[in-house]
Amino acid sequence: MMTSATTLHEDHGHHGPAKGLMRWVLTTNHKDIGTLYLWFAFTMLLIGGSMALIIRLELFQPGMQLIEPEFFNQMTTMHGLVMVFGAIMPAFVGMANWLVPMMVGAPDMALPRMNNLSFWILPFAFGMLILTLFSEAGAPNFGWTFYAPLSTTYAPSSVTYFIFGVHLMGISSIMGAINIIATILNLRAPGMTLMKMPLFVWTWLITAYLLIAVMPVLAGVVTMMLMDIHFGTSFFNAAGGGDPVLFQHVFWFFGHPEVYIMILPAFGIVSQIIPTFARKPLFGYSSMVYATASIAFLSFIVWAHHMFTVGLPLATELFFMYATMLIAIPTGVKVFNWVSTMFNGSMTFETPMLFAVAFVILFTIGGFSGLMLAIAPADFQYHDTYFVVAHFHYVLVPGALFAIIAGVYYWIPKWCGRYYNETLGKWHFWLSFVGVNVTFFPMHFVGLAGMPRRIPDYALQFADFNAVASIGAFIFGLSQILFLYIVIDAIRNGKKATDEVWEGTEGLEWTLPSPAPYHSFSEPPEVK
Amino acid sequence: MAASNYYVPESSRLPIGTSIGLIGLAAGAGGMLNHSSSGGEGWALPHFVFFAGALILASVLYNWFSKVIGESRGGLYNAQMDRSYRWGMGWFIFSEVMFFAAFFGALFYVRQIAGPWLSGEGDKGISHMLWPEFVFQWPMFNNPAGADLPGPEAVIDPWHIPLLNTVLLISSSVTVTFAHHALRAMDRTRVIFWLALTVILGAVFVYFQIVEYVEAYEELGLTLDSGIYGSTFFMLTGFHGAHVTIGAFILFVIWLRIIKGHFTPEQHFGFEAAAWYWHFVDMVWIGLFFFVYIL
Repeated sequence: MMTSATTLHEDHGHHGPAKGLMRWVLTTNHKDIGTLYLWFAFTMLLIGGSMALIIRLELFQPGMQLIEPEFFNQMTTMHGLVMVFGAIMPAFVGMANWLVPMMVGAPDMALPRMNNLSFWILPFAFGMLILTLFSEAGAPNFGWTFYAPLSTTYAPSSVTYFIFGVHLMGISSIMGAINIIATILNLRAPGMTLMKMPLFVWTWLITAYLLIAVMPVLAGVVTMMLMDIHFGTSFFNAAGGGDPVLFQHVFWFFGHPEVYIMILPAFGIVSQIIPTFARKPLFGYSSMVYATASIAFLSFIVWAHHMFTVGLPLATELFFMYATMLIAIPTGVKVFNWVSTMFNGSMTFETPMLFAVAFVILFTIGGFSGLMLAIAPADFQYHDTYFVVAHFHYVLVPGALFAIIAGVYYWIPKWCGRYYNETLGKWHFWLSFVGVNVTFFPMHFVGLAGMPRRIPDYALQFADFNAVASIGAFIFGLSQILFLYIVIDAIRNGKKATDEVWEGTEGLEWTLPSPAPYHSFSEPPEVK
Repeated sequence: MAASNYYVPESSRLPIGTSIGLIGLAAGAGGMLNHSSSGGEGWALPHFVFFAGALILASVLYNWFSKVIGESRGGLYNAQMDRSYRWGMGWFIFSEVMFFAAFFGALFYVRQIAGPWLSGEGDKGISHMLWPEFVFQWPMFNNPAGADLPGPEAVIDPWHIPLLNTVLLISSSVTVTFAHHALRAMDRTRVIFWLALTVILGAVFVYFQIVEYVEAYEELGLTLDSGIYGSTFFMLTGFHGAHVTIGAFILFVIWLRIIKGHFTPEQHFGFEAAAWYWHFVDMVWIGLFFFVYIL
């Protein structure tokens, strides 16, 4: 194997994983790389989750008890960065790696060596970012949205490593997205027309487009920060004719599509799972595709709804308010279609379905609080309160994360050839479901009552709800250890899975044996 | 299992080598900048990390491209593989377009919105209270902070070097197209001539860009720290110049490959990708010429 990288004409008859650790370092196989992405994302979930628990410990009661305010700021910042760029996004890329080639009938990803590069950049980039916690200046402390001038004039010196870390993550994401697009557009089996693709593939196609469109903008904004910090430019410095608000515009031009990057693949996963366990085809397939595309388009013209209180002209506020509300329409189409798929179906509630149904309900709650935040005059009250924290955690935790967990339960028999323990899976679901709601639902109330976000201490009247939220956070956090156990147990001792895995599954991935062979479709299957 | 038509490479040491090179580059650059910003002098550990990263990256990429060229000439790539590379390059260029869009967006925002507001325009002219004497004009010779942050004394005249550079770069887009036609007609001598001319035009462009920068710094007081005009000017032209340099280097490598007898009239995506990139760089320049220099 070591020589195969250097010799030009390898033995192409040899198909199978290499042995030992180097298999994972040198692999060009989409399943190996998908597995790496998923384990990396889970590791980051635990690291980012521990940071969240430190935050919740400090907030368990009013007053300063556990950590210094400076460290609290580092925790909120690193928690956000690690979860967004380290856990949610790589988990979806891992899903895409495993599933897209199998779903479209391809032998592998279109550009397998670049695929390996996309992954292996990430551990290095996050290693560098997390190591700044142990430096003298401390880790970045300016929030995951890193607004200037907090992140420029007043930033700790670790901001430089943060900037280069973001560059590396951006390179990784762009290459990953290019790979996924090339695979979907070029490697589909004969007969697999675009409108026959599974919805997970569709949502990832559109997500990849969003990634390529906005990750370079993120690179642009951190580059401007770098120049302001080290080379004396005035991009975000009003004294030189720049504007700190410029930072917010450029950041949110990236940031809002980024929000959809983290939810569209979740829509795709749920759209695969619900039809299986409702035993009905997905209701309104083509409207799902058009709704996804509409959401992606709208995501580019709503960014300033994050900035209502920064001092925008009235016309701007109105435009961004109405444009934001428009998103409720395609999103509503999706929720309607999921519910209609379940309507009159012969439903069963295995663990993936439980997580998927919870996704539909809880994501909708997050969507509705988003609609409340979209109302510009009301947002003047909600802005920077825990209501915002409640809102985006509802779309990201029982939204994106639940969909990822649902997807893992749904496809793990195909990946490993073994079922997980259904009883434990249900325990995991109910603990997570209760934990998530106990954590984040009270945040709506304290937020509406005026508790500001990103503050290590708070007024006494918020004490009870914060204590409840902290207890919920520990229930939710610890139940993810159970998830780890369930996955390992499935890989080691699970019951052998059939090729079909679930009753009446549809799609190319289920035509492969369980576990799926190392190379998916050496000969492209015929799709009718 | 029967081998697929689509070439799936075996496991490879190239990507992990690239990752190691990149982290060396990133961590080294971060350390170097922090070292010098905190008043450090001379070489420190980050400098070694940076140059080690750069060396690793350069040698791994050299091997990677050699390998891909070898595989391509070895006939391992079919038409479908060719399409993957086309999609890949096309979307890569789109990502570059969006990278420049961020900087153009910053320029437009400052000129159309932030600047006039600082000057008291609009019903949100609160920022005017910061520097009541400030009057917005573009180019911004007087920054809001006035003497504390002096602006440029003058800016680059678009009708001298920039106009010349426009002519150079547009001509180079034409010459690279001539080279492409010659390649399709399999007239190798003409390809070598036109491609060499393209690279030379690119190099002359970069030379004049450097002359312009020297003039800006030494005679006009137009620097990175001369306020927002200098910031946007150097950010946009600097990144463009870097892209011209990379593009010219890519075309130079393609030129060497032509001399070695690579490419056929039917199969020459390496050439086309370089030409696409070159046209993209050219289009960005036209945007720069209008929005940075003339208007």
